[in-house]
Amino acid sequence: MPWTRRHLLTIEQLSLDEIEQIHATARAFKRALQRSVRKVPALRGKTIVNLFLEPSTRTRMAFEMAAKRLSADVISFDAASSSATKGETLRDMAENLQALQADMIVIRHAAAGSPLYLSRILDIPVVNAGDGAHEHPTQGLLDTFTMKEHLGSLRGRKVVILGDILFSRVARSNIHALTKMGAAVTLVGPATLVPHWFTAMGVKVSHDLRGALADAEVVMLLRIQHERQAAGHFPSLGEYTSMFGLNKTRASWLNPKAIIMHPGPINRGVEIDSELADGERSVILEQVANGIAVRMAVLYLCAGGQPENVT
Amino acid sequence: MPSLWIRHARVIDPAAKRDAVGDLFITDGKFVASLSAAARKRARQIDARGLVACPGLVDIHVHFREPGQTHKETIATGTRAAAAGGFTTVVCMPNTSPVADNTGTIQLIKDVVARDAVVRVFPTGCITVGMKGQSLAPIGSLKRAGVVAITDDGECVQSNDLMRRAVEYAKMFDLPVMDHCQDYSMTQGAVMNEGVMSTRLGLRGWPNAAEDLIVARNVILAEYTGAHIHLQHISSKFAVDVIRRAKTRGARITAEATPHHIALTDDALATYDPNLKMNPPLRTEEDRQAIIAGLRDGTIDIIATDHAPHTDYEKDKEFDFAPNGILGLETALAVTLDVLGRQHRFKLPFILDLMTRRPARLLHLAGGTLEVGAEADVCLFDPAEKWTYDAKAGFSKSNNSPWTGQTLTGRVKTTLVGGRVVFDHGKITVP
Amino acid sequence: MAASKTIGSKEIQAAIARLAAAISARHRSPGALLLLGIANGGIELACRLARLTGARAGVLDISFHRDDLARRPIPKERAPTHIPADVSDATVILVDDVLYSGRTVKAALDELFDHGRPTKVELAVLVDRGCRRLPFTADYAGLSLPTAEDENVVVLLDSTSATRDRIQVRPADAPAEAKGRRLSRSP
Repeated sequence: MPWTRRHLLTIEQLSLDEIEQIHATARAFKRALQRSVRKVPALRGKTIVNLFLEPSTRTRMAFEMAAKRLSADVISFDAASSSATKGETLRDMAENLQALQADMIVIRHAAAGSPLYLSRILDIPVVNAGDGAHEHPTQGLLDTFTMKEHLGSLRGRKVVILGDILFSRVARSNIHALTKMGAAVTLVGPATLVPHWFTAMGVKVSHDLRGALADAEVVMLLRIQHERQAAGHFPSLGEYTSMFGLNKTRASWLNPKAIIMHPGPINRGVEIDSELADGERSVILEQVANGIAVRMAVLYLCAGGQPENVT
Repeated sequence: MPSLWIRHARVIDPAAKRDAVGDLFITDGKFVASLSAAARKRARQIDARGLVACPGLVDIHVHFREPGQTHKETIATGTRAAAAGGFTTVVCMPNTSPVADNTGTIQLIKDVVARDAVVRVFPTGCITVGMKGQSLAPIGSLKRAGVVAITDDGECVQSNDLMRRAVEYAKMFDLPVMDHCQDYSMTQGAVMNEGVMSTRLGLRGWPNAAEDLIVARNVILAEYTGAHIHLQHISSKFAVDVIRRAKTRGARITAEATPHHIALTDDALATYDPNLKMNPPLRTEEDRQAIIAGLRDGTIDIIATDHAPHTDYEKDKEFDFAPNGILGLETALAVTLDVLGRQHRFKLPFILDLMTRRPARLLHLAGGTLEVGAEADVCLFDPAEKWTYDAKAGFSKSNNSPWTGQTLTGRVKTTLVGGRVVFDHGKITVP
Repeated sequence: MAASKTIGSKEIQAAIARLAAAISARHRSPGALLLLGIANGGIELACRLARLTGARAGVLDISFHRDDLARRPIPKERAPTHIPADVSDATVILVDDVLYSGRTVKAALDELFDHGRPTKVELAVLVDRGCRRLPFTADYAGLSLPTAEDENVVVLLDSTSATRDRIQVRPADAPAEAKGRRLSRSP
């Protein structure tokens, strides 16, 4: 099937075939990024607006970089400078951007479902760069892209996602991508942050770190937010580290070829031992690098989506 | 005013256990047993062949937003929506602006009702000053000013001690206390039911337990004090069970369910449609079935709409930021007939009992009956007519309904209040 | 509307041989010559010409230089660009199955120049079907088939057996045949 989708709102709505096409396109861009001219003219003359209504540095930079490598013009709005603080509604803000002749919108927003909402209002492509605790599809795509580079097919691979799953959009996007690609996913963390509801998404939920890490081929760590402690989701960062932090002993339970992933930013010494984060099994910086190629693929494919294809 | 002769209707009067094809006679705004031959000649006749004639519907849970939020709804528009939905008596909630925690606001509401309303409207007063849950409102004075119940609806009194004092105090006046059951400490930032769907959608969950705890608290206080506590819009399976057991012990507990909680579940939220956002939230199929079972066995006493208008621009937002609540008056009968009648095979007189006699009796209101001598409040509806609902074409000032665009079965044709036709075939017929 | 027309293997082999001969005649040292097939249609032809001339074959993927983004769906598979030697100061022959509007050639030049600055670029095609929209002429054309815009020209070069090679000219709305075999392997 050729690519016809205009918006990338969730991974949940993508077919396996579409995920594979994004990955294949990302591979082509990754090769293009290794040339002397690290730029292709695919989106020349298009203007992409990064509407970041929640603070973000790395995702916004990665999208900007990707857009520029595609020769698009980029305008970035961030939370501090936007009119969100002046009480303007998202609809008004988006309609203004369309009136300014933006060709595409990349949105990061604290409210789950807001990219879907925008896609219904606007007739230009909308790319979700993270909506609340819902999804962060490009992160899920770049994580699985990175896993495939190391492991080949993910079918039957044992993947552990460890940490604050409840509030994590990264976890949700990875769960959808990994289950579609046939991986065996286990979520691990304190019961307060890994509710049993997740089993309905086709994954296992465990609070036994040792059992879950045994022979796992990928362990993906998620950032532990200090705010969750205040809200009573766990007693203290110290207790979290002692119960669920990844250290060398625990890493030795993994499959010898296992890779360690983290979407960043890392809390060194909290969810992961600092040496492990820099160690040879860590692919954290590869994730960042792959993030450019994957986001180029997403922007390119959605820009080429068919206008009549609404979702 | 000439007499009225409603002919050939299927007359259903749950209070009198009447369900037969026949006629209704009205003179001077009241039901009479029959008309003389001469009076019949002069009477205005309504041919109700194929229609059901039942007591005007009674809704003890509506938000008419007046005073203070008249951009959403007014007593004029709200009562017109009620009439279009077959309702002849409604009880409006006190969370207006200012809130109805003082006799002045109650008097204002009564004045506007006298001027603008096309159906009967009874006000409620607040339990606590400013609905802040900190000190009791002047409940006795509110009663004297005309409130039929007290409630902090939209808010829930969190202090068990204050709630105990409120129900003890209100009991002196035989004034029911209606409570919106929600433990706030468990619902911080919550916008939908906590469960598989909230997990999938990444929205903050509002667990059943937060309702169950306050329902249990209210059961305990009702039994401890002997006061009547009415539990508003029950949404949780466990809460139904708590109420069922309380009733077997004889507690003075009553409960309501909304058409939306018996018709919809949180599965519908995959679209993040703000018109499916309300408080308490839509829950699971298991909860929905438990509420319907509760209605069947009398655990849940009545249907009430929680008609809660909000403008398009207020609702048209990210799901997290949209206000809670949906319209209910103009779709309640059709939706309830569909769920309880067609899907669950409740008998029609029983369904109408849930929407007429029982809610009236619950708050000691007149109405809900076709008995001779009673005020002639009547709803005539065609139980089989299919129609497509469009909130924009409705009488409410707002449009926040999840049923827009849907084909509903069962349509109100004519509504009479005190023998006067106020709604007839799609039009409000009074100035 | 014109009826379908098919050109068989024999005629195609002769055309390819003519192309190879013309290239060899003009380029005396084939080792310095790069034959870059434009993905996907030009890949197999570039391979065959390379075998006949002794030049090296490669692939140019023009996806990122298309000027019709959002006008038609993005195809799922395309062989990636693969150039077997440094492009700078090389002599390159772009190879494609059909020369039509010239837009593909323009995109191929753009892609090529992202990789370096060749001394000279020529164009070799199996079929020149006319209807040009851009100022390009093929340096080498195997067959010249004047066609109308409402016709399709489909070239099938079978990488496993040249006897199955075929060229079809048919009305644009005719059902496609032998789908998928057009994807020839990259070298």
